[in-house]
Amino acid sequence: MAEAPCGPQPEDCPGTNSAQAGRAAACQGCPNQRLCATGAAAPDPAEAAELRERLRSVKHTILVLSGKGGVGKSTFSALLAHGLAADEAKQVALLDIDICGPSIPKMMGLEGEQVHQSGSGWSPVYVEENLGVMSVGFLLSSPDDAVIWRGPKKNGLIKQFLRDVDWGEIDYLIVDTPPGTSDEHLSIVQYLSATHIDGAVIITTPQEVSLQDVRKEINFCHKVKLPIIGVVENMSGFICPKCKNESQIFPPTTGGAEKMCQNLNVSLLGKVPLDPQIGKSCDKGQSFLSEAPESPATLSYRNIIQRIQEYCDQHHFHEEKII
Amino acid sequence: MEEEAAAERSNLAGVRHILLVLSGKGGVGKSTISTELALSLRHSGKKVGILDVDLCGPSIPRMFRVQDNDVHQCDSGWVPVFVDQDKSISLMSIGFLLEKPDDAVVWRGPKKNALIKQFVADVAWGDLDFLIVDTPPGTSDEHISTVEALRPYKPLGAILVTTPQAVSVGDVRRELTFCKKTGLRVLGIVENMSGFVCPHCSECTNIFSKGGGEELAKHAGVPFLGCVPLDPQLSQSLEEGRDFIQEFPKSSAFPALARIAQQILDGTSQRSS
Repeated sequence: MAEAPCGPQPEDCPGTNSAQAGRAAACQGCPNQRLCATGAAAPDPAEAAELRERLRSVKHTILVLSGKGGVGKSTFSALLAHGLAADEAKQVALLDIDICGPSIPKMMGLEGEQVHQSGSGWSPVYVEENLGVMSVGFLLSSPDDAVIWRGPKKNGLIKQFLRDVDWGEIDYLIVDTPPGTSDEHLSIVQYLSATHIDGAVIITTPQEVSLQDVRKEINFCHKVKLPIIGVVENMSGFICPKCKNESQIFPPTTGGAEKMCQNLNVSLLGKVPLDPQIGKSCDKGQSFLSEAPESPATLSYRNIIQRIQEYCDQHHFHEEKII
Repeated sequence: MEEEAAAERSNLAGVRHILLVLSGKGGVGKSTISTELALSLRHSGKKVGILDVDLCGPSIPRMFRVQDNDVHQCDSGWVPVFVDQDKSISLMSIGFLLEKPDDAVVWRGPKKNALIKQFVADVAWGDLDFLIVDTPPGTSDEHISTVEALRPYKPLGAILVTTPQAVSVGDVRRELTFCKKTGLRVLGIVENMSGFVCPHCSECTNIFSKGGGEELAKHAGVPFLGCVPLDPQLSQSLEEGRDFIQEFPKSSAFPALARIAQQILDGTSQRSS
């Protein structure tokens, strides 16, 4: 019987996600050596230089992660983009690396748009003059088209998105991710190591079933040395429009995000209540912040966006000049 | 022929029906529906197994309150974890193999594929009426590997779960394409989180919109298995690993879940006649 891949790791295991995975001296004889070695490695120096050049003009990069699906990563990424782009002096880019389930085109009202090539690379699709978007959704010809790709092919597209898209000078690059801790996440962190990531915003709902995945995501961030800007608790209570009583539809049986953040020493950026208008705005491709400016959810989102902006301003990255 | 002979000798030889629970979209309730379907089928006297192939976010063990259990080996392979004395529901999940529950499984495709092949071949399920395979969102390594590994055992088909919103339906359309391309029969679509009845005043609010799942089923020409409303009691039961079907037969979600299970049972009796 084959050995379980989850068997004991060798001493001095370089880590399954390191560039040395499967290649280090300590890997000899490990039953997982071949598996680790077949994963995509970190970009080679030439590729890294190419990525660094392309991303040189990006001031701040924010990853939106979860671990759990359906907690509102794409919704949050879209609203973060809209929120930051409200300042017309800022240039914002939204990159959707959810290759199998690209939600961003729909949420930004860009369904059916296609990507154009120019001399300087692929052009992002612009929602506003100062807000550009890229997603695999723009490369598909029909809403029924499925992207049934294994990891290496997905990694290739993510690299292309970073290398070939002509973003221009950007103040904020927001990267929306799929749920999990797999190829897409490893790749984006590896490829963006050519530049600089300000940090990750992690989205959850109050339930333990979400938190248990989010703790893993927080561990992932620690493993790959990705700073965590903070956690957003989404779908945090629902106020009945008729009787105005609050219900906890996704009850925080283990203390919700607040307790988890205390235990793991990460910042809780805010809690956003459920509002049926959020889903409707997403489906229509409109910004919920503009459609429902008085909603308590809008207030929460705006506070969280402001805290993220403040974090980025405080941790301003000084670009190293390569001589 | 050789493949068929191997299938007859394998650990899945005693499993009568295999069905997959898919989505495309995350967080729509695949694991919830898998769990509730298993409980419903058990209440109809069936022996059920759940294979959880979500390697990054394994939710199933906690939903049965067995998240601290370990997996043991026997001569034929890994022994699945039984949720009760009756051994009427058994589970396999990477959740049982982790040293610590917060350990992240940060694996690329090839390593995930290897474990899935093992999960399909090496778990000693014994005799089961149903094996439910709970999947992560998407159409990638886990899905391709699971369908390929299960092909010799001729799965019954797949249930697709969506929420009513267009954003969810959009991903599930792609999952339907995946099923078509891989030759997996679609047993039907479930529209989950379809409406919330306020416990204080009974007003129904469509928090995640309404009707998208039913429309998709019509558009794609596949059966519509029903709408399941949002029910905080259901969420709470799952968090605490309790038997929702037993404890909350008066809940608004119960009739919908029972109907889905009944349609599955009717489907299998039609198939064998």
